[in-house]
Amino acid sequence: MLSVRGLQVPHLEPVSFELDTGRCLAVQGPSGSGKSLLLRALADLDPGDGAVALDGTDRTALPAPTWRRRVVYLATDAGWWLETVGGHFADWEAIAPALAELGLPGDCRDWPVAQLSTGERQRLALLRALAIGPRVLLLDEPTSGLDPDTTTAVEALLTARKRAGLTLVWVTHDAAQAARVGDQVRQVRNGALVAA
Amino acid sequence: MTGYIRLETIDLLLAALLLFVNGGLSLALQLGLAKRLAWAAARMVVQLLAVGFVLKALFAAASPWLTAGAALAMILFAGREIVARQDRRLAGWWAYGLGVGCMAVAAIAVTLFALTTQIQADPWYDPRFALPLLGMVLGNAMTGIALGLDTLTTTVARERPAIEAQLALGATRMQALRPASRTALRSALMPMVNAMAAAGLVSLPGMMTGQILAGVDPVEATKYQLLVMFLLAGASALGAVLAVLGAVRRLTDARHRLRTDRLAR
Repeated sequence: MLSVRGLQVPHLEPVSFELDTGRCLAVQGPSGSGKSLLLRALADLDPGDGAVALDGTDRTALPAPTWRRRVVYLATDAGWWLETVGGHFADWEAIAPALAELGLPGDCRDWPVAQLSTGERQRLALLRALAIGPRVLLLDEPTSGLDPDTTTAVEALLTARKRAGLTLVWVTHDAAQAARVGDQVRQVRNGALVAA
Repeated sequence: MTGYIRLETIDLLLAALLLFVNGGLSLALQLGLAKRLAWAAARMVVQLLAVGFVLKALFAAASPWLTAGAALAMILFAGREIVARQDRRLAGWWAYGLGVGCMAVAAIAVTLFALTTQIQADPWYDPRFALPLLGMVLGNAMTGIALGLDTLTTTVARERPAIEAQLALGATRMQALRPASRTALRSALMPMVNAMAAAGLVSLPGMMTGQILAGVDPVEATKYQLLVMFLLAGASALGAVLAVLGAVRRLTDARHRLRTDRLAR
């Protein structure tokens, strides 16, 4: 269970919520309302007060890198640090089935990152985050660059992982998507996280 | 020392006539450099003459305190130069403090090492050896540190998404900033590597030229130059490594977050 108490996030009132393992909290609201900053704060990527714990272990009890391998933040347009796609994955064979599920060709391992389309980058970054084996995945508009079919494929993949025990916090501007994927849906309204 | 030819004022005035060639060129081609040229030349004359007299006085006094004071002044000036050469500098006193601190540690350590082992001046702080050595070592440490810090901060600012992507996947701050640190150290050490590779073939190093003009045997002058090059290489490497590692720590925090907010706007 992910429990958050009084987390300080810029543009937002202190955030508190509890999310059971294997559930998805969808956070919906206009852009610039602090949704991304909320995810960054949960991953401890920005300094800020508040208590965040996973299965009873407070994040301050863990080294930050350990916390971030358990609670992985996936930015909308996540960065890449090597020339080609393959180097970013420890075990390429392990992601082969998921590649096909998301409509990516199996030979994209040797592709230069610079030649990927926005949608390809976004799907590969999702697989890269899943490959870490997180317990909680913080998704920031994970389908913003995708067409409807691929969006459906991403939602299906993530729903399957959720059934296997992955906890999701899914930020989206799209109310329909929030309703589709969220077990709980919250909205950012006037700087507060309220039930939709 | 044999064959040292003393320069008279008239010799310098004759040589200074060459500047009028530059001035004439600037006027004829409308380069708009004439004023700046005159100003730069005047500054150079005053600065160098002043330094000449100050050094003469310091050498005559041979006082450890005056020597230390001169060394401190040189370090502080060099520190200002490090800050001025950075596009994206650390906010607050860090830009100056880190640059001066690392440069002082590297330059003083290397100069003391040379003074107490290879040069063996008597007394060891004899300003005739200490100040010229420190000056050369300081100049190179300064270039190395300035390049290293400038490259690090611009690379980190530019590569922020890539660095944060690594941090978000559980990399430590040293892992996530390793490519940027490597780029910074490469650029810090490159001038020294190039200078060593080109020494003798493309350029005759200034100090060696000076000694030869002063009548020293070329092979003896070469030995001095080699000593100095080794000292310079050591000082710029030591200074750059300290400065880049220090800046990496300052640009991150104990929770392995990237803190680009600690760069000046």
